[in-house]
Amino acid sequence: MRETLSLTVNGDLIETSAPTHYTLLETLRYILGLTGSKQGCDKGDCGACTVLLDGEAILSCILPVQEAAGRSVVTVEGLAGGPRPSPLQDALDLTGGAQCGFCTPGILCSATQLLAGNGSPTRDEIEHALSGNLCRCTGYTKIFEAVELAAAACRSGRTAGEVLAARAEGG
Amino acid sequence: MHPDELNALQRAAADDPGIAGFPGPDGLRVLGRRNRKPEGLRKNTGAEAYTDDLALPGMLHAKLLRSPHPHAQIVSIDTQHATRIVGVHAVITGEDLPTKYGIIPWTRDEQALAVDKVRYVGDAVACVAAVDEDTANAALEAIEVEYEVLPFYLEPEQALTAEAAAVPIHGPKREGRNGNVTKHVELEFGPVDDLMAAADVVVEGDYYFHGTTHAPIEPHCAIGHVDADGLLTVWSSTQVPHYLQRELARVLGLDVARVRVVQPAVGGAFGGKSEPFDLEFCVALLALRTGRPVKLLYTREELFYSHRGRHPMRMWYRVGASRDGKLKAVDARSLLDGGAYASFGLVTTYYSGQLLTAPYELESYRFDSTRVYTNKPPCGPKRGHGSVQPRFAFEISLDKLAAELGLDPIELRRRNFMGTGRTVNEFRVQSNGFLECLEAVERASGWKEKHRKLPYGRGVGVAGSCYISGTNYPIYPNDMPQAAVQVQVERSGRVSVLHGASEIGQGSDATMAAIAAEELGVPLGYVRVLSADTDIVPVDLGAYSSRETLMVGNACVSACRQVAERVRGSVGSALGIPPERVRLAGGWAFDAEEPTRDDRRLPIAAAFQIAEAEHGTLGAIGHYNTPKEGVHGEYRGGTIGASPAYSFTAHVAEVEVDPETGFVDVKTIWVAHDCGKALNPMLVEAQMEGSAYMGFAEAIFEHQVMKRGNPEGGLHDAPSLLDYRIPTSRDCPEFVSLIVESADPEGPYGAKEAGEGPLHPSLPAIANAIWDAVGVRMDALPFTPDRVWRALRDHSARSA
Repeated sequence: MRETLSLTVNGDLIETSAPTHYTLLETLRYILGLTGSKQGCDKGDCGACTVLLDGEAILSCILPVQEAAGRSVVTVEGLAGGPRPSPLQDALDLTGGAQCGFCTPGILCSATQLLAGNGSPTRDEIEHALSGNLCRCTGYTKIFEAVELAAAACRSGRTAGEVLAARAEGG
Repeated sequence: MHPDELNALQRAAADDPGIAGFPGPDGLRVLGRRNRKPEGLRKNTGAEAYTDDLALPGMLHAKLLRSPHPHAQIVSIDTQHATRIVGVHAVITGEDLPTKYGIIPWTRDEQALAVDKVRYVGDAVACVAAVDEDTANAALEAIEVEYEVLPFYLEPEQALTAEAAAVPIHGPKREGRNGNVTKHVELEFGPVDDLMAAADVVVEGDYYFHGTTHAPIEPHCAIGHVDADGLLTVWSSTQVPHYLQRELARVLGLDVARVRVVQPAVGGAFGGKSEPFDLEFCVALLALRTGRPVKLLYTREELFYSHRGRHPMRMWYRVGASRDGKLKAVDARSLLDGGAYASFGLVTTYYSGQLLTAPYELESYRFDSTRVYTNKPPCGPKRGHGSVQPRFAFEISLDKLAAELGLDPIELRRRNFMGTGRTVNEFRVQSNGFLECLEAVERASGWKEKHRKLPYGRGVGVAGSCYISGTNYPIYPNDMPQAAVQVQVERSGRVSVLHGASEIGQGSDATMAAIAAEELGVPLGYVRVLSADTDIVPVDLGAYSSRETLMVGNACVSACRQVAERVRGSVGSALGIPPERVRLAGGWAFDAEEPTRDDRRLPIAAAFQIAEAEHGTLGAIGHYNTPKEGVHGEYRGGTIGASPAYSFTAHVAEVEVDPETGFVDVKTIWVAHDCGKALNPMLVEAQMEGSAYMGFAEAIFEHQVMKRGNPEGGLHDAPSLLDYRIPTSRDCPEFVSLIVESADPEGPYGAKEAGEGPLHPSLPAIANAIWDAVGVRMDALPFTPDRVWRALRDHSARSA
């Protein structure tokens, strides 16, 4: 049995139909072709499926898709909002915070929400914001550094690369 | 050349600090820098495609039916009802895929679907392809399997009994033997008994490694597809496409040349995807049977059962030393719990002894290791294959020895430093930065102010280790190269690197791209990398045993230099200078003696064009094979553990132990690692941090454990990422990476491995820190609060 619903995905109003038992993640991946959000456990344990629902980081693998009806979803594909990566995406690339990259979409969504409400997060606040996103490659160090770098870039109006270059020159 | 093209190249060069800047002291411009990874922004924007992100028109979905019993005879399987369900396209069972396979050619004991019996809870018995997962799951429910339950063995000691030998998990290879023994290895180097008897101090202990799994965030996934021509393609989240291609052909009875394996992006592997799995054979056969593409994606629970994780090991270690702390004799006995199948077990059994002998000078050494089958998910290679467990036992032994002798544990390790030369088991070590590693962690951690000096409850511990940069011999015996790279140079300046290495997050694509940019003098952005597609790239053996940087890196250097030589020759003729004076760097070909003269340089694309005009289309294949002369002993087993080069690591861990609860809070781990040469320090640090993280996780959190008794015996105790606890962002210590570079003559630019070595010392360093903090020896893993609390209670009871 399928149900039609409308929701906003990465800024576009979309009308679609999905099996009634589908989660938001299944709808994104298998109906809308937005495969950036990942399925790591399918039961809300790992955070790889994290997307922003009305600006809040949620686990799309345990959200029935009907609950997203009429609401706004932003996935990793929509974080940049344009042809250039967002400062956070750029920073994560510069610090090497994505190794295998499978947890990365979820990490980016959780950290985007953090930075939206807090321009100068402490290490403790970053750890807290990412505590629902399991990463198996990094030990989190380079991910924390990326969030701090992105925050510094946004505060100073420079790119993440410029912030790093300035740091290297002692500025 | 059109001026616009020239400008584009110069702009790209100027944008890239690695190109435009002056070369470093080592003469390198691209390597040695924190370059972005070629696939980095794809991963950060959701554009990177992993296997489950692929969908083919008309694709079917497959599911596996798994055994509920740890050990049982299959009496019958009835698939009639399942086959009749609307939407079901095919059902296969063991009889459809009877050929045995296994990653090690001498121990092929697996079948894609069990034929006569099942050997662990989770052993696959049937596979269904249907229009969607729901229909496939419904079909699994409709399959009727009749089992005759057999006695099962969850502990290796149990499997070794005469009773168990009467109903073995696998039939014995020779009459009269216990079929439950996979492998037994006993090797002795030097007069262990004599030197042990003469030692001034002897430390003896029992140690236990508990068993852990890889838990990559990406579950295994495979897609099979057969085109109209009959060519089979399998996309798989594997880290060994070449071995998978061979085994698929063998099991399916196909010509290897008609089987293509493509490895899309892999979401973490850590050794858990380094052999063929049931799903790959099943999607292939189902695609052949149905003529439709077939996908199978493991559930998270299935990962815990497919496993191949680190072997539980019971270890007994006896270490003798002289009064001044020099190691005289090491005597080790290990019992490896292998689970239901051999996997890499033959190698694991050797590694449990062979990889222990550096970085120290051992006067004599003996090990006796036995791997035993049990009715549990099969164990295999996890990051630091076979050597994390013995390293745990040995480095704690060294700590005990230091305490007995009243020596600082770092000083004890210094006194036993082997330097370069031969290990006691005759492996050739040509570079060894272990002393610098020790010094780096000693200084950075403030060791001298902390060890034995911190208040009760707080402590520091040290440990060292050594690891291989690839195995000297391939898994199936052959004399062909272990790695090859094809480089194509296009007249625009673009360079394509085609290689077989498996990018699994560690950065092999980035490493090959940077080598090509360095050698051919182009901006990094001009290099495209295509990897791990057996139809297109030269053979590489895969991402295991930390072999890629050294082996594929050397092959890449070789390919690039063949092309560069032609370019230098042509440019030399054009500029009227000898070819050896032509340098390719920074987007230019120029006269190394007069680099700023405009009439003595050419944009690199123009240089390529001159060379192409003279030589024809530019390209070359480079290969690498390991040295065979003088790298290991000539005894039986002497080749296993031999490597072209060895990496070295030292850790200091600082912990806080709550004596009330037994909770161990690891505050900081300082990691110093000798990687030979950091071709990209960011990637090397990433491997050091990730390795130390994984070791820490095994020490404090993780435990792959099966339920005991009936009827739930053999069921996984915690088959989810909620219950099998891996550390979150709030659980981890601070990791401090300290890169040490002791260039190895066998490595590209001196480089050695960094992906596995830095895991080893985490566990014993934490154990030694707990002793420094609260005075108890944690000889058995993991260090969960209940176990530490009990150890503290027992310790105070003994003290009283």
